[in-house]
Amino acid sequence: MQNQSPANPAVIEISKVTTRFADHVVHSGVDLKVHRAEIFALVGGSGSGKSTLLREMILLQRPDTGSIKVLGVDLNHIADPAALSLRLRWGVMFQHGGLFGSLTVNENVGLPLREHTGLNGAWINEIAAWKIAMTGLEPEVGEKYPVELSGGMLKRASLARALALDPELLFLDEPTAGLDPESADDVDQLILKLREMFGLTIVMITHDLDLLWQVADRVAVLAEGKVQGIGSMAELSQLDNPAVRKFFDGPRGRAAHEQKQNEAQTPAKNSSGIARSAWKQK
Amino acid sequence: MTPVPVAPTAIAESAPQAIVLSGAWTSRSVATLEAQIAGLAANYKAGMVVSGAAIEALDTTGAWAMQKLLRQLRGGTTAASVENLRPEFARLLQLAGQRMDAQIETPALVVAADSSRLAGIGRSTRDALEHTVALFAFVGECAEAFAGCAAHPTRIRWRPILYNIRTAGFDALPIIGLLSFLLGIVVAYQGSGQLRQYAANIFVADLVGLSMLREFAPLITAIIIAGRSGSSYAAQIGTMAVTEEIDAMRTIGIAPLEMLVLPKIIALLIALPLLTVFADLLGVFGGMLMARTRLDVGYVEFVDRFVKSISITDFLVGIGKAPVFAAIIAMVGCFQGFRTEGGADSVGRQTTRSVVQASFLVIVADALFSIAFSTLDL
Repeated sequence: MQNQSPANPAVIEISKVTTRFADHVVHSGVDLKVHRAEIFALVGGSGSGKSTLLREMILLQRPDTGSIKVLGVDLNHIADPAALSLRLRWGVMFQHGGLFGSLTVNENVGLPLREHTGLNGAWINEIAAWKIAMTGLEPEVGEKYPVELSGGMLKRASLARALALDPELLFLDEPTAGLDPESADDVDQLILKLREMFGLTIVMITHDLDLLWQVADRVAVLAEGKVQGIGSMAELSQLDNPAVRKFFDGPRGRAAHEQKQNEAQTPAKNSSGIARSAWKQK
Repeated sequence: MTPVPVAPTAIAESAPQAIVLSGAWTSRSVATLEAQIAGLAANYKAGMVVSGAAIEALDTTGAWAMQKLLRQLRGGTTAASVENLRPEFARLLQLAGQRMDAQIETPALVVAADSSRLAGIGRSTRDALEHTVALFAFVGECAEAFAGCAAHPTRIRWRPILYNIRTAGFDALPIIGLLSFLLGIVVAYQGSGQLRQYAANIFVADLVGLSMLREFAPLITAIIIAGRSGSSYAAQIGTMAVTEEIDAMRTIGIAPLEMLVLPKIIALLIALPLLTVFADLLGVFGGMLMARTRLDVGYVEFVDRFVKSISITDFLVGIGKAPVFAAIIAMVGCFQGFRTEGGADSVGRQTTRSVVQASFLVIVADALFSIAFSTLDL
C-alpha cells in the first residue's frame, strides 16, 4: 500500500456493468472509478442495486456483462490463486458484522492472521488485541462472543477483523446503520482516522447523511440501474436530477447540509460531534 | 500495485553491532522472521546500529514484529532504534511501540474457570439437573396448553396440525415402508437357518409377526421420525428463537406453545400410530417374501399361521407404544429448539441434542414398556 503507481490511480474501475435477476434489471450500464486513498460512498434507494454492486466488487457475485477491475485486477477473468491474493488485500465489514458466533471477538479478529500469515499464536493474539483497541473497543471485549455485544460493538469488532491483514482497500456496508448518534459519530471519526493512519481507500454503502457530508470525499448516487450523479456532496447538491435531489430536499437532507455550511463558517469546531446533536434534536 | 520487494524480507548482520533490516515487513512475509527475532541473543552492546533504509513496506503486523525485535535487543543493552526509516514507517513503528507499552501496563484479563476434574463433574451434574428440571417444566407447560385448548377447542390450530401430519407422516411413508420391509426380510432371513434345522419352517410367521408387531415396527418408526421430524422441529424453533421470531410472536399475543408446539405434538400423536401400522404391514410382507423364497412357506400358509398365532393384543401392544413415542419425539424436539440461544452454532448443537435425546428416551420408554407388559402378562 505504500508505493503508489501514478500510472493507475484508480483502485476500482467499473465499466458498463449490467446485472439482472430473472426479469428484474438491477444495473444497466454502471460506470464508476474509485481513486486511491479516497473515501467513496455509494448511495441509492432500497433496491437500487448498491449492495449488489458491492457484492460484485468483492467477488461474491458476478455481473452479467461489463468489467470490474479492483486493484488493477480484472474480476471477470480471475483464477482462484489470484482471487485469494486479491481477497487478502481488501477487508470487508458486513452490515450485520458477519462475525463467527462460535469464536470470541479476539479469535474472530485473529482468524485471518491465523489462516494466512503463519505467525505464532501469542503474536496473533497481541496483534488482534491491538486491532481491537484501534477500533476503540475495551480490551475485555476481546474475550466475549458476538452474541454478547451491542450493535455498536459488533460493528467495531467487524471492522477490527476487516483490518486484520492491513488491507489496502476497505469495504463498509452500512457502517452506521442501527447505531445511536453517539456511536455513529465515533464511527465517522474512526473511518477518518483509519484513512489518515494507513492511507486506506474506503468504499462504503450508507444512508447516513452526516456520514456523507462529513466523511465521504465523493459520492455516487445509484438509481434506475445507472449512476445518476457522482462527485462531492457539495457538487451533487447543485444537480437537478430527481434521484439525486432526494438526498438534499428532505428535511434530513437540508439539516445535514446546513450543518455542513455552518461548520464551514466556523472551521475551528470539531465537525460531526455538533452535527450529530443537531440531527438528534429534529 | 503490490510493492515488489527488491531485497528479501530479512534481518542481516552486515558488521558486528550493525543490523540491516530489508524487504517487505508485512503480515504475509514477516512470519519467516519470527524465529530469528525470538532467537536473537541479547549480545548487542550500546551503540549498535539498526538500519531500516532497505525496508520497502511495513504494515501493522510488520511494525509489531519490528517492535518485538527492538525490545529483544533492548533486553541486553539500553535503547535500540531503527535508523533511516521512511517517515510513514517510523510513525507506524511508534504506534506499535505505544500499543505494546499500553499492553504491558494493562495485562490481558484472564478469566480462569476452575478446570479441575471435580469442578467439571460438578458443573456437568448441575447442568444435567437443570436440564431435567427444565424438560419437566416444558412438559408441564405443554400439558397446560393442551388442557387449555381442550377446554376451548376453537383455539386449536387445525391448519398447522394438518400440515404437520403431511410433512411428518405422509411424506415419511416411503422411507418407513422401505426400512420396515427390509427389517422384515432380515428377521425372516436370520431365523430361517434355525427354523429349518428343527423343521419348524412354518413358525417363521410367529417370529416375524411377533417381533415386527410388538417391537421392531414401533421402534424403527419412532427412531426414523426422531431423526427426520424431531430434528426439523428443533432446527425450526431454534432458528426462530435466534431471529427473535418467537419474541415477536409473544408480543403480538400469540402463545408460541399453542402456535408451534401443540400442532406438532397433536400431528405426531396421530401420524406415528398410523405410520406404525404401515410399518407392520410392510415388515410382515417382507417376512412373507423371505419365508417363501428361503423356507418354502407359501403366502397362504403364512397368513393362515399368522392369523392363528398373532393375537390382537400383540398388534395393540405395538400400536399403543406409538403415541408415547410421538409425545417424546415432539416434546424433546421442541424443547431443544426453545433452548437455543446465540447463533447458528447453537442451532446445530440443539438439533443434534434433540435427535440423540429423543432416540435415547424412546428406547428407554420401550424398555419400560417391555417390563410393564411382561408383568401384566400381555
